[in-house]
Amino acid sequence: MPSSVTKTRIILGLILASTLGLFAGVGGYTFYYGQGFSYLSNDPKACVNCHIMREQFDGWQKGPHHAVATCNDCHTPHDLIGKYMTKAENGYYHSKGFTFQDFKEPIMIKPSNAAVLQKNCVSCHVEIVDGINTHPGDPKKMLDCVHCHRDVGHGPIH
Amino acid sequence: MKTTRFSDRRGLALWIYVVVIALAGTATIALMLLFQNIKARKAEATQNAFRVVEVSDKTIDPAVWGKNYPRQYDSYRRTVDIERTKFGGSEAFQHLDDDPVWRHIFAGYAFGTDYREERGHAYMLKDQRETERVTNPKFKQPGACLHCHASTLNAYIDEGLKAGAPAGKENWEAQIQKGFEVVCKMSYSEATKLVEHPVSCIDCHEADTMNLRVNRPGFLNGIRALAKSDQPTPHLPSIERWRKEGRKGEYSPNTEANRQEMRSLVCAQCHVEYYFKGEGKLVTFPWHNGLKVEQIESYYDQVGHKDWKHKESGADVLKAQHPEFELWSQGIHARSGVSCADCHMPYQREGAIKVSNHHVRSPLLNVAQACQTCHRIPEEEIRARVVSIQDRNKALLDRAEEAVVSLISALADAMKRGSTDADLKPARDLQRKAQWRLDFISAENSMGFHAPQESARILAEAIDYARQGQLLVLALKPAAVTASAP
Repeated sequence: MPSSVTKTRIILGLILASTLGLFAGVGGYTFYYGQGFSYLSNDPKACVNCHIMREQFDGWQKGPHHAVATCNDCHTPHDLIGKYMTKAENGYYHSKGFTFQDFKEPIMIKPSNAAVLQKNCVSCHVEIVDGINTHPGDPKKMLDCVHCHRDVGHGPIH
Repeated sequence: MKTTRFSDRRGLALWIYVVVIALAGTATIALMLLFQNIKARKAEATQNAFRVVEVSDKTIDPAVWGKNYPRQYDSYRRTVDIERTKFGGSEAFQHLDDDPVWRHIFAGYAFGTDYREERGHAYMLKDQRETERVTNPKFKQPGACLHCHASTLNAYIDEGLKAGAPAGKENWEAQIQKGFEVVCKMSYSEATKLVEHPVSCIDCHEADTMNLRVNRPGFLNGIRALAKSDQPTPHLPSIERWRKEGRKGEYSPNTEANRQEMRSLVCAQCHVEYYFKGEGKLVTFPWHNGLKVEQIESYYDQVGHKDWKHKESGADVLKAQHPEFELWSQGIHARSGVSCADCHMPYQREGAIKVSNHHVRSPLLNVAQACQTCHRIPEEEIRARVVSIQDRNKALLDRAEEAVVSLISALADAMKRGSTDADLKPARDLQRKAQWRLDFISAENSMGFHAPQESARILAEAIDYARQGQLLVLALKPAAVTASAP
């Protein structure tokens, strides 16, 4: 006959198992419901899951780069580790901002992300811009293509 | 000893169980909250408006519409807020005390007795009923004034039907125009009983679709007169298209203008220059020759209109109203396709929903949403640029005021010395021109910002005409007029 202590351990074990099971279940379903896997993909539709990027997405569909570049081509580094690090960092800030609604409007690109963007402009257009591409990667000093060519990505305005 | 240690370990293990269960439980609850948050955002994104009450073209009370569109209604109600900007805002300060030269400039006119700054939309009807320009019986204001100070659409339709306009939805405009004629010539005290709300949902929106719609008869007649002219309107492409397609029938903004144009045209129903035409006191927008200051002036000259005879100088002068639409039309924002609502009613986000802010106010009170959507520079920089434009405009405006007042004094002195009307006519005509230009920029509610270069041009002309007039007066009797020279 098991002692009372063993009994308690069994009961606690069951509670723990069911709590963890609930956590996994709710977590899994929330991840599925929030289209969690889409964020690992390259599909621009993932970027409008949260509706904030709707104008940027609409603008991109009509913008000049629509045929040659998706969101990730310009906004994430082209190497695998850098890409998912950037996705993780921005994903964290985006989810936090959208959940708690504590971000500033209108949204503007951060300097570190602007540097990623600039590198990506150059990676395709290097043959033309090589001679004028100053301070690549330095967000404070670099020549910023989109300062003038602002509508190439998202069309006019955004 | 052994037993004790064994039971200690077991005690520790139990605590770990409890802590891990608590952590997992808390994390699960947090996850559930997150799930609920995502669900709410997804629901918001469907942008459903729940029509809990029926609204129709007959529903004047905005509170009823507010039940269906609570977000828009919330911000609409905030037009009661009173806030100053450097040069304007929505506090009813008395311009005549703020800058007493305007008592001279408006001598003999209702504005010389009460000229307060406009407050927000919510106060438009109350403030009109209370201003001395209306309450003082000597000014005898007509029902025409209500065109822009109340939600008049249904009053016009009801009066139009009573006066024999054909019934039925297809005769909507005929009813409005007929009622407009009836109400304009009533006395103000009689006409104001027909209305009870300041500008309301119905004045810009069609009830079934919420589409933007213009309905003010003065505006409809004015924009058609503009369309019939040959003046270029690059900021209103639908007018240019109507002309190109052979000017068939009448230009109709409700069917031909695109949504972006409508986001300005609904405002242009009232934020414009106008006068009361003839005995019928019909509110008329003087756009027949174009929207520029001298084009409006040329129309007034053609029809022989004057607002009043200046009490000190005897000149037949004009009063500019609030030509925001006209000045904006000359500026870079209009030319770039930016509408009134883009800056004065910018989109704001509530959760996953974008709502246009119905708290219509100065963009300077909301720089981030009004300006930064296009101008990606710091707020302080934007504000500094606007203020530098407005400061320069104010400096020119002050000089133009001085110049016009100098001319008025010169004319008044010459009258005292016995100069004849024939002698003074050329200088009085120049006062009319100078004062019209000065008032056009002074009465306009952007301190020059809606079109800075145009505004500077107009004020430069005002100064020039005023000083030319002074020279003419000086030439009349050179020895006697030195006292009035600046």
